[in-house]
Amino acid sequence: MITIENIHKSFGDNHVLDGISAYFEPGKISLIIGGSGSGKSTLLKCMVGLHVPDEGTVIFDGEDFTQMDFEERVPIRKDIGMLFQNSALFDSMTVEQNVMFPLEMFTQMSRQEKLERVNFCLERVNLPGSNKLFPAELSGGMKKRVGIARAISMSPKYLFCDEPNSGLDPETAIVIDELIQDITEEYQCTTIVVTHDMNSVMGIGDKILFLYKGQKWWEGSNKEITRSDVKELNSFVFASPFMAAAKKNF
Amino acid sequence: MFLAHFGKYLLLLKSVFKRPEKWRIYWREIMHEMNEIGIGSLGLIVIISSFIGAVMTMQIAFQLVSDLIPTSVIGQINRDSNILELGPTISALVLMGKVGSSISSQIGSMRVTEQIDALEIMGINAPGYLILPKILAGVVMIPALVIVAIACAIVGGLVGGAISGAVTPTDYINGITDNFNGFTVSVALVKAVVFGFIITSIPAYKGFYVRGGALEVGQASTHAVVVGCITILASDYIITALML
Repeated sequence: MITIENIHKSFGDNHVLDGISAYFEPGKISLIIGGSGSGKSTLLKCMVGLHVPDEGTVIFDGEDFTQMDFEERVPIRKDIGMLFQNSALFDSMTVEQNVMFPLEMFTQMSRQEKLERVNFCLERVNLPGSNKLFPAELSGGMKKRVGIARAISMSPKYLFCDEPNSGLDPETAIVIDELIQDITEEYQCTTIVVTHDMNSVMGIGDKILFLYKGQKWWEGSNKEITRSDVKELNSFVFASPFMAAAKKNF
Repeated sequence: MFLAHFGKYLLLLKSVFKRPEKWRIYWREIMHEMNEIGIGSLGLIVIISSFIGAVMTMQIAFQLVSDLIPTSVIGQINRDSNILELGPTISALVLMGKVGSSISSQIGSMRVTEQIDALEIMGINAPGYLILPKILAGVVMIPALVIVAIACAIVGGLVGGAISGAVTPTDYINGITDNFNGFTVSVALVKAVVFGFIITSIPAYKGFYVRGGALEVGQASTHAVVVGCITILASDYIITALML
């Protein structure tokens, strides 16, 4: 479980996060949604330690992550898998080397064992045989799937996804969503996804946090979201005519 | 502003020189960087140094107007100039442009595409993994390249002098073997090690802290080369003042 308490973060005079508290359970997918500039990615980066919150704490299974220095965070970081918006694959490495990288750095597995684990992860994301390709040779969807393969190579307890469907066609986006859902169930990891994608919200969101002007404006499930009378939430979720029309069917 | 950057640079170096997670992985990276920096720059250094040696011979001959001074002096001056200054410094300035801009661009691109964030989230010391192999490769290979540069300049001087008629090969060889002071090679190597550190660490610093996109990566690379060249020349002066 991950708990965040009273997270504040500013960049100069820009107060991006204003006292956000929440908890995220294992085996469930929690979505953080909100308009551009609402603080979603900043919150995610505060949780994984890429930003230092001005105030507040991030707790991973009872351990205060925010008070730890870099070395103390390493054991928790080994349990974190993260999928970046642009995949963040290492350009100079092949797909196989990318997925194997965490195993090489942090395990004592033999070469054969690592290779088996890499092949398992690539099969899991439906990319068998792509071992020798470089990131430049992959499509956007393939890069995301390799990113997921790398994220799960160490069997993570916590999975973070920053706009996983960004730049993907609707069909591929559904594939990514289903992968995230399957992996969350399989590894019982605490999964947190930052997204704009309403299909993801309605499809895989067990818990949804809506951020507005740096604050947690609404929290609930994807079923409750359709019955909410919060004006800002409804303006965001049902902004498109398609979603507004679909709302009538919920 | 300078002090803020210098402090940040020192803090980055502190992170760079932490104990690596796995020496085997770092060793592989060090070998890769040594190949990139050393073997990858060899051709350029050979060509540049040979021409510098040839030109130096002709210019020294041009300035040698007195008949009382033997032409073997041309070899001696060429030798000492290349060992003490032209070999290390010109090579370093050229390598700052080639190697330094490459390092800055590479690390800067990794920063803007979140690859460095990915390393940090995995629990890997990103400055150590990315920068330490480059620095170690630089302080090993750049002195080796400087030795090659000096040798090529001396040979270039011999060939240039013979072709232009400025000095006969016999006189030139007499000159380069006359009154040789081995301490000059020590000075050259000290300079080369220091320059190797500058050529790798300053561009790495600029690339590591870049923010923005392709434009900012390019600007960081250019700035790294400019700052690096000035630092090389300043340290050249300091080392010369201290050792000679």
